[in-house]
Amino acid sequence: MGKPTKQRRKGQVAARAKGPSGAGMAMVKNNPFEVKVNKQKFNILGRRTKHDVGLPGVSRSKAVKKRTQTLLKEYKEREKSSVFKDKRFGEYNTKISPEEKMMKRFALERQQNHEKKSIYNLNEDEELTHYGQSLADIEKLNDVIDSDSDTEERGILSAELTAAHFGGGGGLLRRKALTGEQDEEEEKPKSRKELIEELIAKSKQEKRERQTQRENALELTEKLDTDWKEIQTLLSHKTPKSERKDKEEEKPKPDEYDMIVRELGFEMKAQPSDRMKTEEELAKEEQERLQKLEADRLRRMHGKDEQENKKKPKHMSADDLADGFILDKDDRRLLSYKGGKLNVGNEEEEGGNEEEEGESEEESEGEPGREDEEEAIVEEDDATDSPSDLESDMGSEEEVTANEEQKKKHKENEQKLQSEEEQNAKIEAARSELPYTFTVPESYEKLKSLLFGRKIEEQLVILERIQKCNHPSLAVGNKAKLEKLFGFLLEYIGELATVEPPELGTIDKLVLPLYSLCQMFPEAASSSVKFVLQDAAHDMEEMIEVKGRATFPGLDMFIYLKITAIVFPTSDFWHPVVTPALVYMSQLLTKCQVMTLQDVVKGLFVCCLFLEYVSLSQRFIPELINFLVGILHIAIPQKQPQGYTLVHPFRPAGKNSELLLVCDKKDMETWQKQNLPLSIMTRLKESSKTEINHFRLSCLAVCLDLIKKCAALYESLSSFHEIMQPIRVLLTEHIPVSEYPKQLQELHKNALKEIEDKGKHYTSMVCEKKKPVPLKLYMPKIVKVLEFGRKQGGSKEEQERKRLIHKHKREFKGAVREIRKDNQFLARMQLSEIMERDSDRKRKVKNLFNSLATQEGEWKAMKRKKFKN
Amino acid sequence: MAGPPIGLPDLAALPQADEEDVVLCAIRTCSRLFGALLERRELFVGQLPEEETSLADNYSAEDKYKIWMRHRYNSCVNCLVELMGHESFQVKELSLTTLMKFVELEGKYPLVKAEWKGSFSFPRELLKVSVVENLIPCEEDASLLISRFQEYLEYDDIRYFVMKAVAENIGQVMQKTKEVPLPIYQQNVFSLISSISMPSKENEVVSFMVKQANQEEWKVSKLKEHKRAFERMWLGFLKHKLPTGLYKKVLVILHDSILPYLNEPTLMIDFLTVAYDIGGAISLLALNGLFVLIQQHNLEYPDFYKKLYSLLDPSIYHVKYRARFFHLADLFLSSSHLPAYLVAAFIKRLSRLALTAPPQALLMVIPFICNLFRRHPACKVLVHRPGGPEDLSEDPYIMDEEEPSESRALESSLWELQTLQRHYHPDVAQAAAVVNQSLSELEDDISGLLELSAYELFDRELKKKATGVPLEFEQVRGLFGKKDDLFAEHFALE
Repeated sequence: MGKPTKQRRKGQVAARAKGPSGAGMAMVKNNPFEVKVNKQKFNILGRRTKHDVGLPGVSRSKAVKKRTQTLLKEYKEREKSSVFKDKRFGEYNTKISPEEKMMKRFALERQQNHEKKSIYNLNEDEELTHYGQSLADIEKLNDVIDSDSDTEERGILSAELTAAHFGGGGGLLRRKALTGEQDEEEEKPKSRKELIEELIAKSKQEKRERQTQRENALELTEKLDTDWKEIQTLLSHKTPKSERKDKEEEKPKPDEYDMIVRELGFEMKAQPSDRMKTEEELAKEEQERLQKLEADRLRRMHGKDEQENKKKPKHMSADDLADGFILDKDDRRLLSYKGGKLNVGNEEEEGGNEEEEGESEEESEGEPGREDEEEAIVEEDDATDSPSDLESDMGSEEEVTANEEQKKKHKENEQKLQSEEEQNAKIEAARSELPYTFTVPESYEKLKSLLFGRKIEEQLVILERIQKCNHPSLAVGNKAKLEKLFGFLLEYIGELATVEPPELGTIDKLVLPLYSLCQMFPEAASSSVKFVLQDAAHDMEEMIEVKGRATFPGLDMFIYLKITAIVFPTSDFWHPVVTPALVYMSQLLTKCQVMTLQDVVKGLFVCCLFLEYVSLSQRFIPELINFLVGILHIAIPQKQPQGYTLVHPFRPAGKNSELLLVCDKKDMETWQKQNLPLSIMTRLKESSKTEINHFRLSCLAVCLDLIKKCAALYESLSSFHEIMQPIRVLLTEHIPVSEYPKQLQELHKNALKEIEDKGKHYTSMVCEKKKPVPLKLYMPKIVKVLEFGRKQGGSKEEQERKRLIHKHKREFKGAVREIRKDNQFLARMQLSEIMERDSDRKRKVKNLFNSLATQEGEWKAMKRKKFKN
Repeated sequence: MAGPPIGLPDLAALPQADEEDVVLCAIRTCSRLFGALLERRELFVGQLPEEETSLADNYSAEDKYKIWMRHRYNSCVNCLVELMGHESFQVKELSLTTLMKFVELEGKYPLVKAEWKGSFSFPRELLKVSVVENLIPCEEDASLLISRFQEYLEYDDIRYFVMKAVAENIGQVMQKTKEVPLPIYQQNVFSLISSISMPSKENEVVSFMVKQANQEEWKVSKLKEHKRAFERMWLGFLKHKLPTGLYKKVLVILHDSILPYLNEPTLMIDFLTVAYDIGGAISLLALNGLFVLIQQHNLEYPDFYKKLYSLLDPSIYHVKYRARFFHLADLFLSSSHLPAYLVAAFIKRLSRLALTAPPQALLMVIPFICNLFRRHPACKVLVHRPGGPEDLSEDPYIMDEEEPSESRALESSLWELQTLQRHYHPDVAQAAAVVNQSLSELEDDISGLLELSAYELFDRELKKKATGVPLEFEQVRGLFGKKDDLFAEHFALE
């Protein structure tokens, strides 16, 4: 039933459009018998009533009329099957565009016309047209042509015209462009409104002028025409064609200059680009960006909730002394009054404008002086950048900026720059050999086969190209693919760390693509790192359950933890990746047994990680101190701890309690501090006793340095001395310093100094003052009422839903009513049909009876006659 | 009358047989054969005469057969006892079950003449000599066999006689060794007697393997007798010096499955006080038993709180029994009649030790301390001392002082919690920050936090939903490439 109703709707609209004439309506409305008034029980303020007065008769007749036009027609045609077919060219062909269709049709029509013309009629030629008007009409030139086209045709030079013709150079555009900024030439800038008014006035004046001109011209042509007719008779008879030609010649042909101008007008104009930024500005921008990021980081470090920020009032109290030390720039406005009104919003804008003005003025003043220098600098820059620019044609901008940044940082250091260049050259070489496009590997094995065994530079280039060829902006699926790449790369790095010997150089370089990938897809990166962490923690838990104790994991896990510190900010109060990593590291230090020198190195590595994680936030890590105490303990001859206590992984006595003890005097003397190679974690080389002793001393040196760092980090903690107490006891009483080599003694002295230098200050703790709880106020709750009769309450969606339900209900009711009325109408029609048929039949029967009766009568009369006769 | 069964002479050679299958089959055959014989009462009943003398004497043929059969039966039992020491577990298990079957059948069809009418017969000797002594060998670990045996301990009569047998056995074995500890033996005994689950009510003593005529009067059916046997067994066991591991195990189950079933739990006081004085984890565990005695049996323990105070050392946050200890400490310190100096000393010591604690312990101990503040408002000076001394050069609290009253805890402040507000774990930092504000009235529920493990903590962190992942903005330059990277100083990428 949907379709007919729709059709009816259309019909309704049409009917309404036609409607009863206005006068008729008025008459009907005035007739009190036609009007039905719906009485209102209560008069409600603000309620608009739509249906207080109705015209039942009119609406009924309208409905009936509509039905007879639509439903009745349908009913009557219900068993007819003839179809209307449109035989126009291409009517049902959707492949042809409407323009083409029109063209074809037109051509066909022309063809038909052409063929139908009587071949004997030579005189009649085709009618020439221009833009749908016959040329013959145009020829006469006496019609009124509208003004705009007129001006263009005649090439009058007005201000607008020149503006339009000479696009960028003219006053209008420039003025428009410069309204935002400040025009240097104009001393007093006009407001936009004034400018527009001026413009309108000017154009009006010009229009008036043009009109008078045109009228003059018309008069003149008419005069010329009459003159000409007079002369015409005198001249020999000429065909109208020639006349036409003459006229055409009269019309000025567009000359070359105009054509070029117009062409230029339609050409794409070069947009004015931003001026190249100077190095200082770039540096400043970079600085600002970093400052903003740092402020952001600090905010996260202190763990201030966003809600807290939301709660902040938009303005400060007028009494605020602004003496609170706030790290972030406080950009709230001071509450102030201006002209008796609260001035909150405007000031900022004004201030902003003023500032901008000041700046721009300064700039404009300073510019001419500086320009030369700047140009020189820019040129220099260009010169240095040109090779990199060339190579970056195929590379992305990121790469270039990264390169530039690196260069900037190393500018002072010639040597480093050279190595950088060397590396660049290497990368260039690698580039020239490798294919240019790569698909993203679908699995880890594929990535491995792509990268493994290649040179570092080649691997980097491959990864870079994978990223570029499959940038998320290029195709839809790329994002998901690249997101997976991070996980694969992480796995690959893990594998590189587990091979023998670990390829740490490669890992060192692979961190760069990892970082850029992470910047692109933080979510994916965090979930894959989290997955790795979960796996490791689960393994450890399992090991504890099965064996009762845990061992340190392999080198790969430590690399992962280090990478976490590189790609994620470690100073956040809470971070989805860093916090679990910290918990995991804490487990490493408390659960894993220290049984070999490798374990010592691993533990020290974790200590370093811990210190790095909290280097900015200066957070307190009990496990770290415990572990360092343990390390010091295993460096002294075995005895029961005095003045300090050991916790879990370390035992006061046992087989591993002298792991770092060195007794050999000679080894002590020959020792030199050296960095601990990471490869030791996977395999301790079978080395001589001397080397092992040296190694022990190196570990001890690291430990002492870490203690110093800890002491520096934690000096602000209120129980610093309690925390450091066990370490101090160990350092002063137990460690055999005098036997150690000079370098170690120095370290020991530094560490101890760092601990003991701190003064002891204790201040009694006082709770923060509690805000007094405000009294409960029994104010009426005020709810905004938007409109009467609307249902209130609920969220926006809920309201929308209710509205839709209501609408549906009403529509449904309406449809049911319509259908019912349709049925009634149809029934009425059918009834009238039947009645008509019946009456017809009755009439016919009557006729028959009539004729039969007359026949009978006649027959009887005849019979009677006969009988009489 | 059946002749001598074929294959009987082979029984004597059973233990010597090499093949396991053969042995198993032979045991099964014996089990069936002698089982049937016992049921048919075809074994000699009463004092068994010597085999040789019986042949000569004027026994009837039937008696001779029975005597001979009884001798075969005895040798079979001996064989089975020997097989209990076989290396294959299957053999051991089968011999055990077979012997238990014999025990059951002998109970039903006693081989001893009833001395008077209505006397109770139970194959006590068979159970003791053949089964119990073999279940607790001195050399090898028999825990598997004991766990198999556990199903028989469900029977009240078996349990009763086993307890008695074990008590006797312990006495004999330990006397022999003269206080030289036998770790394996003690371990075996412990696994056997710790698996004994006592009935707690009189009417629960109903399941018997051997039904007696006048059940009610038999002392096996008295709960009191059971308890006495249980008590004697445990006291006998605990009288001797135990290895440390076993000590802990005993203490773990003491309050739960031993103390309630003793007739006189106070007999355990000696054991518990000794354990409490040992120190370390053992003391922590002994606390639980002591608590039961103090609470339910009016034990007066001098200087209990001082002792408890001295138990607090850094290891309490790291040991396995952390949850149990803090649960008890919570109970002990819940009394509102404790003096403020004592509670303050506890608070101060706990928080001082918290400086070395792992995060999962901190998450538990900080609410614990807050609860103490709520119970003892007098201690709130530790966190709120307006107008106190501004600049102290030392913490007044004396950590090394053993006497809580001398530790000057009330003069101090809780700087340790202030320090923990800077803890790396966000939850810990937040929990510690609670002391900055005045505390709410309601106590925190720490029961859920007691058992928190490090892995759970990790898992919880991992499952937290994050809206966005902040990233590091400092451009990376390599693994150790950060500005003044700590690693570059100490480690080399080699």
